[in-house]
Amino acid sequence: MTSLAFDNVSVRYGNDTAIHGFSDTVRPGEWVCFIGPNGAGKSSLLRSIVGVIKHEGSILVDGSPLSARSSRRRAQLIAYVPQSPVLPPDMTVSEYVLLGRNPYVSHFSVETDHDHDMALNVLERLDLQNFASRRLGTLSGGERQRIVIARAIAQEAPVLLLDEPTSALDIGHQQQALELVDRIRTEHGLTVVSAMHDLTLAGLYSDRLVLLHEGYCVASGSAREVLRPETLGEFYGVSVRVHHEPDGTVVVVPYRNVNEGHG
Amino acid sequence: MLQSNNNVATVMAWKWIVASGVLLCAALLFGTMIGPAGPTWWRVPLELLDRLPLISVDSGVTDTQWLIVWQIRMPRVVLAALVGAMLSISGAAYQGVFRNPLVDPYLLGVAAGAGLGATMVFTINRAGTTSWIIDPLPLAAFVGGLTAVLLTYLVGAAFGSDRASTTLVLAGVAVTSLATAFQTFLLQRNTDVVRQVYSWILGRLSTATWGDVRLILPYVIGSSIVLLMHRRLLDVLRVGDDEATALGIPVDRVRLIVVITATLGTASVVAVSGLIGFVGIIVPHAVRLIAGSSYRIVLPVSLIMGASFLVLADIPGRILSDPAETPIGVVTAFFGAPFFLLILRMRKARV
Repeated sequence: MTSLAFDNVSVRYGNDTAIHGFSDTVRPGEWVCFIGPNGAGKSSLLRSIVGVIKHEGSILVDGSPLSARSSRRRAQLIAYVPQSPVLPPDMTVSEYVLLGRNPYVSHFSVETDHDHDMALNVLERLDLQNFASRRLGTLSGGERQRIVIARAIAQEAPVLLLDEPTSALDIGHQQQALELVDRIRTEHGLTVVSAMHDLTLAGLYSDRLVLLHEGYCVASGSAREVLRPETLGEFYGVSVRVHHEPDGTVVVVPYRNVNEGHG
Repeated sequence: MLQSNNNVATVMAWKWIVASGVLLCAALLFGTMIGPAGPTWWRVPLELLDRLPLISVDSGVTDTQWLIVWQIRMPRVVLAALVGAMLSISGAAYQGVFRNPLVDPYLLGVAAGAGLGATMVFTINRAGTTSWIIDPLPLAAFVGGLTAVLLTYLVGAAFGSDRASTTLVLAGVAVTSLATAFQTFLLQRNTDVVRQVYSWILGRLSTATWGDVRLILPYVIGSSIVLLMHRRLLDVLRVGDDEATALGIPVDRVRLIVVITATLGTASVVAVSGLIGFVGIIVPHAVRLIAGSSYRIVLPVSLIMGASFLVLADIPGRILSDPAETPIGVVTAFFGAPFFLLILRMRKARV
């Protein structure tokens, strides 16, 4: 299993600073979830790990800095499921999942039989083998999300990044997608870093929550420690009740103060 | 059953390559058989057979007639094939790296730059250059086209940020306008050459010689090989810059190499044929609609289909040459647009 460490990481867009000196260590096999209001820097942090945006400071995988790696080697270590993946409508599912093998194919050659077998194998494990020749444009939202996750798994990277993996899904498909990620994490010993808006789901699936606010890390810990009404009120500006279920689940529910009579 | 997926895709690709190859052979043969002067059409294939080693056929083609076929028809047909192939594969490659179905090989200013270069030759002294050993017209067009693209790149790089491709396209628009403005200025001051320049801009293959073929052949072969080598990478780029980066592709470098290669090839063919529009958009699109949108199929099949398309599109221009030959650029647009609509309709009926 693989660890992921941030050492004083900053991200700037021109004069705006999206992330201010973030430091943290994601332990091997841990699922860490970044939470925080819109614009807090969750996506910026994930995108800087992938190498899509530049960052200062260093991001280390198993102790060695990512910036020293070639783009292919980096892709062998880190798989990324973006917030709104681009799904070319007339590409088939098997072609799409095969793209996950790209980090193992040298630029000017083609995929080997092993790569094709690997892609099919992933589809079978996710019960998607019947979709292999379907075009991406014909898939439903839940199916699309599973296909994107399938591509990330085909990448065989020890670190999996998920940016808002459930934002476009209904409650049933949200659960299905996150259960899938959790199953794969256990089977393959993956280290998972996700960004999520749904605080209850974030607390339910991850081992640790990191609360970001205006580019600063303002809280880190278990769901019980981070998801507190006063913390959420301060950083999200929201009125919530937090329930603690007997099984340890922390449920965050917004409420309205009807007596104040606004709206 | 699923295991055969790999083979199915490869077989599909080869099926289309062979089919378009057969069409190209037919188009080339048809092109050499048709023409206002020269031998009766059916004698040409016999004569061609006769010229193969170990085969002897009495075709009844005289030496003079053969000269017409060899010196006039064949270079023209081969040149049309090379130009069509280059414009089509470049168009497909541009559409791939910019992920925009509407871009064509003229996007970054090649056409306007080449037009300006050619206009300069016409306005300075065209008559004085006809006796030169090397015709300066294609050279000026080539240099003009490359200069324009270089300028586009410098401007794009100077003002570009993360979203380099948008800036590049906008820089292309600016450079195109600038070159066109210069060209208009020159034409205003030399109205006597307007007609010549105009006919060059509309494109022509009528003056094709084996020399033209030799001039562009290395560029067409070189550029096509480099572009074909990128076919798998172009498939990865279909998921966008961010995801392609996450999948381990150095996106900016790949885009730069593909664009430079496609531009170099385009500039070379534009230099000898003038600006033949529409081919770089219509052929790759037709291929996508018929054979699927994977660049592993689109690039090689566009190359071959583009060659056939331009050979066939050149035929009406050769027959309808009274009083003046119809410019090939007009023919490609005239036949291309309905052809495209037909394919769209076929596709709609099938799905």
